[in-house]
Amino acid sequence: MIFYDRLQFAFTISFHYIFPQLTMGLSLLIVYFKWKFLRTKVDMYNDAAKFFMKIFAVNFTLGVVTGIPMEFQFGTNWAKFSELTGGIIGQTLAMEGIFSFFLESAFLALFIFGEKIIGQKLHFITGFLVFLGSWASGYLILATNAWMQHPVGYEIVENGKYVLKNFSALFSNPWLIPAFLHNQFASLVTASFVVAGVGAFYVLRQKNIEHGKIFLKTGVVFGFISSLLVAFPTGDWNAKNVAKYQPASFAAMEGIFETEEAGAEIILVGQPNMVEKKLDNKIAVPNVLSFLTYQNWNAQIPGMDQFTKEELPDNIPALYYSYHIMVGLGTIFIGLLGLAFFFLWRKKLFDIKSLLWGILLLLPFPYIANITGWYVAELGRQPFLVYGLLKTTNGISPTVSSGNTLFTLLGFAGLYLLLGLLFLLLIGKIINDGPKLQKQ
Amino acid sequence: MELFWYITIAIVLSVFFVLDGYDFGTGIIHLFLAKKEKDKQVIAKAAGLFWDFNEVWLVAGGGLLFMAFPTYYASVFSGFYLPLIIVLWLTVFRAIGLEFRSQFKYQMWKDIWDKAFGISSLLLALFFGTALGNIIRGVNLGGVANGISIYEKHYFFLPLWNGSFSPLHENPGVIDWFTLIIGIIAVVTLAIHGANWILLKTNSSINTQLKSLIFKLNTALFILTIFSLIVWFIINPDALLNYAHKPYLIVFPFLYLMGLTGLFFIKRIKKDVHGFYLSSLLIIGGITSSLASMFPIILPSTNQVNESLTIYNTAASEYGLSVALGWGIIGMILVVVYLVVQKRLMAGKIDKMDYGEH
Ligand code: HDD
Ligand code: HEM
Ligand code: HEM
Repeated sequence: MIFYDRLQFAFTISFHYIFPQLTMGLSLLIVYFKWKFLRTKVDMYNDAAKFFMKIFAVNFTLGVVTGIPMEFQFGTNWAKFSELTGGIIGQTLAMEGIFSFFLESAFLALFIFGEKIIGQKLHFITGFLVFLGSWASGYLILATNAWMQHPVGYEIVENGKYVLKNFSALFSNPWLIPAFLHNQFASLVTASFVVAGVGAFYVLRQKNIEHGKIFLKTGVVFGFISSLLVAFPTGDWNAKNVAKYQPASFAAMEGIFETEEAGAEIILVGQPNMVEKKLDNKIAVPNVLSFLTYQNWNAQIPGMDQFTKEELPDNIPALYYSYHIMVGLGTIFIGLLGLAFFFLWRKKLFDIKSLLWGILLLLPFPYIANITGWYVAELGRQPFLVYGLLKTTNGISPTVSSGNTLFTLLGFAGLYLLLGLLFLLLIGKIINDGPKLQKQ
Repeated sequence: MELFWYITIAIVLSVFFVLDGYDFGTGIIHLFLAKKEKDKQVIAKAAGLFWDFNEVWLVAGGGLLFMAFPTYYASVFSGFYLPLIIVLWLTVFRAIGLEFRSQFKYQMWKDIWDKAFGISSLLLALFFGTALGNIIRGVNLGGVANGISIYEKHYFFLPLWNGSFSPLHENPGVIDWFTLIIGIIAVVTLAIHGANWILLKTNSSINTQLKSLIFKLNTALFILTIFSLIVWFIINPDALLNYAHKPYLIVFPFLYLMGLTGLFFIKRIKKDVHGFYLSSLLIIGGITSSLASMFPIILPSTNQVNESLTIYNTAASEYGLSVALGWGIIGMILVVVYLVVQKRLMAGKIDKMDYGEH
């Protein structure tokens, strides 16, 4: 049954993405710390770089070991999909292996262990290469995903296969750049919250206070800027793309059941009622959605009533909630980090306990925003695996029975539970040891 | 074009087995021979510093296979569903064993992860060997029963084993006595390779012991190889026909033979790196001679109804293969550059170096 295949993919990718979303953002911050150290020669910045590198290393390991199952699953669980589209998305996936994973892994061990052997300058360069590798990886995996969301540059041959017709179209895909930038800034939000959160923890606990202040300062500045960029322009840009290329998912994620002639309202709160096809307990502002999407207060936006059941995503409530959770959290991040930024500028931040607690307690939420964001993208793509071309039900492996998939799903669940616990244990230990132990 | 990508992927996967192979072998040696904490630590580190970079060769090989031979990727990955997922689980254990062992100072913690690293290395070597055995032996493509295919002609599904454990059965399982022999050959080969790596990279106290171990394992390997060839002939009398038609293919078995012969003189070899080269030859020779014996088939069909999968009937479009050539060449040059830089900066014995308390 396809249900287990989808559940297995959703579960393993959600778990995988816990790690890269931090490593992509954090690698940039580590490069920043290292650069700052080279410029100012203040040891504390080097401590910061080395401390977060330890956290990076644990996340990286888990990113790798959970990432390999992702690549394998294309073949094991989605064989028909791989057979039909491999000639196209195989390009970007293979490029990811060749161009980014090699780069990242070749220099990571040097960056982690090699500081004393290779000297400061080279150490900075290896850090930069690790950063470059991880962003290239994000770029190429998003190119793969962009093709599934909005297929371009292909042609269909007699045996039903999609073959590549235009390689460069894969990279000029209008879906790619907005999704990539949005995703990278979102991952920077996660990393900034982790850096600022650890800082807040140290300051509140009165331990490693000087390091804590540097972490807080850096995290708040990077976090504030990136959460602004996540909402505007990149979030807005993505929304426009969805409205243009996937109008049925746009209606579903915004929760518009009925088309309104005079312009669409924006829904702030409400619960989709799939039986009566309306929103319960709705709070909405008239005409704003039309304006945000088309810069015209009266532009018409098709509601779900305009589409047949076959065209609409199959899990509308989950899609709707995921979207509203992501946007809601995004707004909260901007608010809180804006406040923190203001007090940092007035040099009062470190004394406002409640704000520090706020930063610390909000730490898990960028993870939630990132995962729900991906649920928007992936649930919105349904019922297609490749939008408009290949139905998800036609993509699974023809010979793998559901009993086998359930078995492996349970195995992954157990294994990942263990990994998750170990991960928390190790991160807890690193944070508890603190950056000072790093002194040479 | 198909041929070019076939050769490239064969090279990438051979490199994977040469590089990650020493990690597997290191794990096997670690499991059985490392007793003192100092040795355990150094030996684990001899693998731990490099496993990630080595494993990328598998990821890249998989990606390239997906790109160039999508039908093959789909068929083989779904057909070998269970063993592949088990390989994934083992890979996870091995990696976290290596990465986490030194994170806490408690002996119990270290012991657990040492075992995880050792046992999963051993099983992985066995599984990879068995996989090669399956590909040589072939599978029941299309799942033919009574002359009728139950799947599309290029799909199949293998159970882990069937009651008979016989490679001659109509529906052979993943594990039968032929594939198991190939699995054991892989374990022995990689143990030799791992021992050579430990000699090369460390000054552990078991180094002297390792040379006689290599000699013994090599003798075992010699016997196993002959045995497996005989069995192979019984299963498939045409197995070596390719060599008769294209005599120049003999270079591949010759490489294997060179490695095998050379390693009998391991005790007289002065430079550790030479031993490592010889066991690399074993691995490369072993893989390439198996592939060459089948060429251009990449998965033989064991029934008469459906044709075997070849590099020609599973490949992506000509256009796709040729654009990939462009970026592939650039990519491979970069990879070689990284490899050289990395090996230069991290050359020498690791226990002499200051890699920090990690
Ligand atoms: C910290 C995380 C985070 C935050 C605060 C936001 N997003 Fe987001 N969003 C993501 C993290 C994310 C993501 C996980 O990174 C996604 C999934 C796919 C992608 O490229 O980025 C995403 C996708 C995504 C999509 C595409 C859905 C699809 O592909 O069908 C849209 C329309 C938005 N976002 C819009 C927004 C808007 C208007 C926000 C306003 C505040 C916002 N996002 C905040
Ligand atoms: C971290 C980010 C991601 C998350 C959280 C995520 C989540 C999901 C979810 C929830 C599903 C199941 C959809 C359903 O059953 O309705 C799914 C399916 C899938 N996703 Fe993603 N996804 C992510 C990134 C990606 C990327 C980058 C790719 C491609 C490179 C991808 C490829 C697929 C495929 C092939 C399926 C299976 C077919 C399907 O059910 O549509 N995903 N993903
Ligand atoms: C939003 C989606 C995704 C992003 C942004 C992403 C990003 C990354 C990054 C940055 C890494 C490097 C390891 C690390 O730094 O932790 C990684 C590892 C990996 N990812 Fe993902 N990934 C995503 C989804 C997927 C999917 C759908 C696949 C399946 C094809 C996949 C396959 C892999 C593999 C095989 C690795 C291990 C690479 C290695 O050996 O170094 N990832 N991912």
